[in-house]
Amino acid sequence: MSTLTDLCLMESHASEAHTLDDYESERPRWCSGCGDHGVLAGLQRVLRKNNLDPENVVSVSGIGCSSRLPHYLKTYGFHGIHGRALPIATGVRLSRPELPVIVIMGDGDCFSIGGNHWLHAIRYNINAVVLVLDNEVYALTKMQVSPTTPDGWKTNTTPRGTYLKPMNPLSTVMGMTNISFVAQTATWLPAHLDETIEKAWEHHGLSFVRILQRCPVFMPKAFGEGGVHFPLVFLDHDDGIPVHPSLLARGTVQAHNHRDINEAQRAAVSVDPCPMGLVYQDPEVPSYEEIRWQRQERPDHRTFLQRLDAVMDRYAAG
Amino acid sequence: MSGPRPLRLPEHIVEIVSDAGEGAQKAALAFAQLCAKSGNGLWTVEIIPSEIRPPPHTTGSASGNRIRLAERARVTNAGNRANVVLAFNEMALLSRLEAGSLADDVLVLIDDHWATHEDEKYRLSYREVLDEFRSRGATIVEVPLAKETLRHAEDAQQGKNMFAVGILCALYSKDLDLLDDVIRDIFKAKDRRVIELAVRLAAAGHQYGVTHFDRCFEIEAHPSDVAKVAMNGNTALALGAVSAGFEICSMYPITPATSASHALSEIFEDFGGFVHQAEDEIAAIGVALGASYAGKTALTITSGPGMALKTEFQGLAVMTETPLVIVDVQRGGPSTGLPTKIEQSDLLHAIYGAPGDAPKVVIAPSTIEECYYILSIARKIAEEFRMLVIVLSDANLATGQQLFNRPDVSQTPRRPPLDLSPVAPGALPYDWDPTTGLSQRLLPGQPDGMGVTTSLNHDRNGKARYDAESNQRGHAMRSRKLAALQKTLNPPSVHGAPQGDLLLVGWGSTRGAIEEAVDVARSEGLSVSSLHIQFLSPLPPGLLEIFARFRQIITVELNYSDDWNDPLITNENRRYGQLAWILRAATLQDIDCIARVPGRPYMPVEILEEVKRILADRPGVASSAPALAAGKGVH
Repeated sequence: MSTLTDLCLMESHASEAHTLDDYESERPRWCSGCGDHGVLAGLQRVLRKNNLDPENVVSVSGIGCSSRLPHYLKTYGFHGIHGRALPIATGVRLSRPELPVIVIMGDGDCFSIGGNHWLHAIRYNINAVVLVLDNEVYALTKMQVSPTTPDGWKTNTTPRGTYLKPMNPLSTVMGMTNISFVAQTATWLPAHLDETIEKAWEHHGLSFVRILQRCPVFMPKAFGEGGVHFPLVFLDHDDGIPVHPSLLARGTVQAHNHRDINEAQRAAVSVDPCPMGLVYQDPEVPSYEEIRWQRQERPDHRTFLQRLDAVMDRYAAG
Repeated sequence: MSGPRPLRLPEHIVEIVSDAGEGAQKAALAFAQLCAKSGNGLWTVEIIPSEIRPPPHTTGSASGNRIRLAERARVTNAGNRANVVLAFNEMALLSRLEAGSLADDVLVLIDDHWATHEDEKYRLSYREVLDEFRSRGATIVEVPLAKETLRHAEDAQQGKNMFAVGILCALYSKDLDLLDDVIRDIFKAKDRRVIELAVRLAAAGHQYGVTHFDRCFEIEAHPSDVAKVAMNGNTALALGAVSAGFEICSMYPITPATSASHALSEIFEDFGGFVHQAEDEIAAIGVALGASYAGKTALTITSGPGMALKTEFQGLAVMTETPLVIVDVQRGGPSTGLPTKIEQSDLLHAIYGAPGDAPKVVIAPSTIEECYYILSIARKIAEEFRMLVIVLSDANLATGQQLFNRPDVSQTPRRPPLDLSPVAPGALPYDWDPTTGLSQRLLPGQPDGMGVTTSLNHDRNGKARYDAESNQRGHAMRSRKLAALQKTLNPPSVHGAPQGDLLLVGWGSTRGAIEEAVDVARSEGLSVSSLHIQFLSPLPPGLLEIFARFRQIITVELNYSDDWNDPLITNENRRYGQLAWILRAATLQDIDCIARVPGRPYMPVEILEEVKRILADRPGVASSAPALAAGKGVH
């Protein structure tokens, strides 16, 4: 029986190496200064680095500014409905496990309207890179409070300040069964962002990556004005996301074993300083599609008909 | 063995009822299989309490089955009031009277154990209920179900249902050896001791019946040369999904749809398929849509409340022209409504239930046999037209059993591998044929076909567009596919004479009862015919021409309409049955309806009474419908 790893080893039909242009579609229509541009570029770089044929990659998104990304990435893309990117991605993975899948969501998309799918997708552990572009606000609909909007901040639906503390997505996912990869990065740290996406790409299972980014229009002050005054702690491990010297000006460094779930849960709970890098990884968790495909038989047509006839026998009467 | 000379009858209806969990359903299953295997035509309906363990010995606890067995092979509905009822206690019996499902002269077989029960309350209740039945003209035969079972088993609860089947075997002059086979088959997964006890009890029940009954019946059976199968509609849907070539069924549990997924789960992996139980109804359709987008044939199975949750995804399937099949096993609504009971509740929801203009194909099987074949039709349309196809089954088809010709599985088409050849230069993801709206579907993995599939309005290139022209164009192309499909359909054929005073129009599982009522009415000289509509969206061609030949058109539906005699109701505010709404809009004719929500199938006799009243009342329409309006809620 072929394993999923075999299925995922795509034969490249391209005789030569791909260039970045091969992954560029139309010109992005995001605001200037928006971090979404950087995430798109990071994804294009990782596709080029792995020399993937654009036709063998599927990007799936929900609704929101960041969910426009599949329009700008020249692969097969599915720009669906609000909060529902993960079920669609699960369907693609179950159906065609040989196709790598990228899921792009915003904070409202994933943590709020898509919350149920978010938690269950982690438990399924589908093999996909799941990027949440978190700008702490609903931007496309013009500045409403999101689950991660800081406490007391004013938005159009909380003009006198938010009522609740923001949720912590990292500690939430660290409580889910079958969590296999959690990382956090920020768009104002481009090299760290690229290396995090790459690490997520290499992981077998659901790679959950929260990407912090301010919205230059509606939330320019988020994350200490886009990292200027935002306390970070870089999680350091030989096998983690490298902490380059240039990052030291942005925060402190802490040795961290991302294979230890207790250590990862402790790190995930911290919000000040905010943990950056690879929080948790367990490459041994099987993916849902792998489990399903291993248990499934793929009979030839003759056997298929014989079996259907045998099933019909159970209902024979008269 | 000798007994009374059997009375030959063309058909009979027998109900078997007990407290929930006492095994009447198993007894009915055994009896139905006995009838089926001996060659009787058959239709069964489950009698299901809505709770797992309702308080015992109450009318709410009654659980069991109605079995209509006939000499003719083809039985199309559950029939009229029952001729025989076998009850494990008097409250279960009473529930069937309250349900209006028993004939006045019904033959009642009842466990006599309650007559001498130590608790006076039960003795009294037993006597009162039996007196009530006697006064209505019923014949009571008390049978020692519990007492006799105790001679063979330690606990009467464990096996009195098998003694009961033995009794029915004797009452209907059936072959005990055949019953023996049936029971061994039903219990084949059980311990040998259990099987032997069941067989022994059935034989004891048979012996009891043969020696004690002063009457017995024979519904002649004609073993057929053609192989037959008997199953319920949900099982037929499951097997139909396999033979239609579906590869993924993504679902969330909901009554009364779930048993289709049970049947599929049991076998699907052996056929290269998956049943995915999603985290909710929304994810269930999302996974199906994602799987279909990537190239596999996918369906989702649900019921009314699940349909409601799936509406946004339905719109997405329509907008992206992703082939998808939804099976909606309808139940009583709105909201949680009557979860275990039949209603033709979701026709309008299926056709219109999505924001914006979202053209979909809606079809409905009318028999359990059609449940098997309809998914092949649905798949073909979904894929060729890149459309969402909704199949409306219902709780009646879902749990009823019917005998039909064994499908020839050798005709099942081979599933071709995905065509992932490079996309021809210039081919576009929505390269709509301007006449039909049809376009070629591109699949991930096809070189040179990269692009986004978006929920936004888009042009032929699949690019998001916000202008008036492309929006109008996209709408027209998606809508045109329905017209293109409609052109391929045959006009429906009228049951009965092609012209007359009254045409009854129905859809879904009411077909059998409507046609039976029409047959009886015509034999009595009434000028009535009926028309069954399988395609609800698009409607089949030729309706105007057919309607023009009748003086009056009335739909017969199991859903709600205001009654003409209700307070405040006028011809300006009256709300009609769901098919009536559609036909009125499509034909501009004053089409009325017989539309009620009794939570059980119509009996042919009820439709017949309506027909007689309408024809006598003319030119008045189907005004108050006393028999049906009384809302006798049963199964």
